[in-house]
Amino acid sequence: MSDGEAAGLNIETGEAVMRFSEGQPLRLDCGGKIAGLEIAYKTYGRLDPDRANAVLVCHALTLDQHVASRHPLTGKRGWWSNVVGPGLPIDTDRYFVICSNVVGGCCGATGPGALDPATGRPYGLAFPMITMADMVRAQAMLIEALGIDRLFAVVGGSMGGMQVLQWAADYPERLYSAVCIAAAARHSAQNIAFHEIGRQAIMADPDWRGGDYAAAGVRPEKGLAIARMAAHVTYLSEAALQRKFGRELQRDGYSWGFDADFQVESYLRHQGAAFVDRFDANSYLYITRAMDYFDLAAQHGGVLAEAFRRARDVRFCVFSFTSDWLYPTPESRQIVRALNAAGARASFVEIETDKGHDAFLLDEPALHAALAGFISSAAQARGLA
Amino acid sequence: MSDREDFREIARLVRPGSRVLDVGCGEGDLLELLAREKGVDGRGLEISPEGVSACLARGLAVVQGDADSDLDYFPARAFDYAVLSQTLPQVRQPRHVLAELLRIAPRAVVSLPNFAHWRVRLSLLAGGRMPVTRALPSPWWATGNIHLCTLDDFTALCDELALRIEACAALAGAKRARAIDPKAPLENWRAESALFLLSRGDAPAPGAAKAELFS
Repeated sequence: MSDGEAAGLNIETGEAVMRFSEGQPLRLDCGGKIAGLEIAYKTYGRLDPDRANAVLVCHALTLDQHVASRHPLTGKRGWWSNVVGPGLPIDTDRYFVICSNVVGGCCGATGPGALDPATGRPYGLAFPMITMADMVRAQAMLIEALGIDRLFAVVGGSMGGMQVLQWAADYPERLYSAVCIAAAARHSAQNIAFHEIGRQAIMADPDWRGGDYAAAGVRPEKGLAIARMAAHVTYLSEAALQRKFGRELQRDGYSWGFDADFQVESYLRHQGAAFVDRFDANSYLYITRAMDYFDLAAQHGGVLAEAFRRARDVRFCVFSFTSDWLYPTPESRQIVRALNAAGARASFVEIETDKGHDAFLLDEPALHAALAGFISSAAQARGLA
Repeated sequence: MSDREDFREIARLVRPGSRVLDVGCGEGDLLELLAREKGVDGRGLEISPEGVSACLARGLAVVQGDADSDLDYFPARAFDYAVLSQTLPQVRQPRHVLAELLRIAPRAVVSLPNFAHWRVRLSLLAGGRMPVTRALPSPWWATGNIHLCTLDDFTALCDELALRIEACAALAGAKRARAIDPKAPLENWRAESALFLLSRGDAPAPGAAKAELFS
């Protein structure tokens, strides 16, 4: 936490929950709707009088709106404190940065842990199924409620990148530029497979209780921790794991049992244990499902370029990482080819790194330099000071 | 203005306000020149991440990719010009790349060193070593050129692909470009490198449009 001491101190931040009236429900792809939608969000920096400098940051699966300031539960610095802040690539001295919790989440947006107005009890599995488009529709409602007609940029990595693509497909006229990092336009069989392992781990935990664990005052912590452990491996790379842990042991010699002998085991157990303190199991089910259902081309007659047909005036930048095997470079290339086919203004960089998918959150100077270059030149073209 | 004569010549050839794809755009010098001088809507394709990153910082739209494999994904006639500056000898499939350029755009601007230039011939004939000249500055073990050709070779390939040579200029370092007939035997000795404006042979003949190209 010491490296995060300074983070957030020099930024003008705001924190609020947007509450939409019953008469303004969020309409969902599944046919249902959420009445009385709430979206918790954070802001950094100042909105220009002409409201042209707003940047929406979309968060990944297990992250939240605390993009550049201390997390209230964990006390850790914001998950993108190295990218969002004064003088950083997404410069809070120049831009008004908004990050909101996704619908279905557990950090202040309406999700399966919220109270179901119909019963007065937590939704649990009565919460409707949500999609990436639903998450983006909710963000669009928030942005509109904040009085912003057009975002200067929408930026996101991983699931956040999927939201960026969905934004470009659904609301191109409300975007000036879009940055999609380490993402894909659809979930692959491998992506779905890993998510299914996580979901099964949660649902196999006796404390999950058919999703109704809140009523019983318990939490499926074991299942959720295992889901996190499996997923966490996919965020790294073999090289990164090897470099970090190799076959290093916790103590001298083997325990000749099933304790966490290896450092990598201890690390994963810690990741799992820390995760359950800040994340909700049902939210994990719903959000992973939304990702699995994501297939942008399928929403447009099977042709990805069609998704971007109306986004020709948006300046796109797509990033991938050489060692990301969760959303490998060919996935990003497909996006870029579709953007080119649609005649959009697309840039693409594959960043050389051995840090795997998580590289988008880590100290990756090549990413940060390219991102800063793209954003500031777009700002210049947009006429932002 | 750029100090690269081929860039200056390309900027002269390209119509103002046109859409240009620069294949192998490096750090975006040509694209920036074209945007500034000709109001061109430019895009780039560049193999090195450092090059792409430099382009991004200049506000250019550039995709990291490879001429050999990534041109196929651009739609037909997406651009007015496709530019391949001193890059053709470095691709694995020059014939395919050339054909792709003229699928993506009705006109292509291609520059390449002439391996039949007298210095090259002399160096090989008298010195018995792979030539290292102004147009071919790297030793054989360090060059990226894997498909070197002569002016004759290139015009023969253009004929084979039914490409029309609308204009050709000989380039020699920073000297002013000199319009040449690339099929004249003497030029295959004299031209150190050459820049071609190509169109598809089945497209209507340039006629009046040609004059406008050099406006």
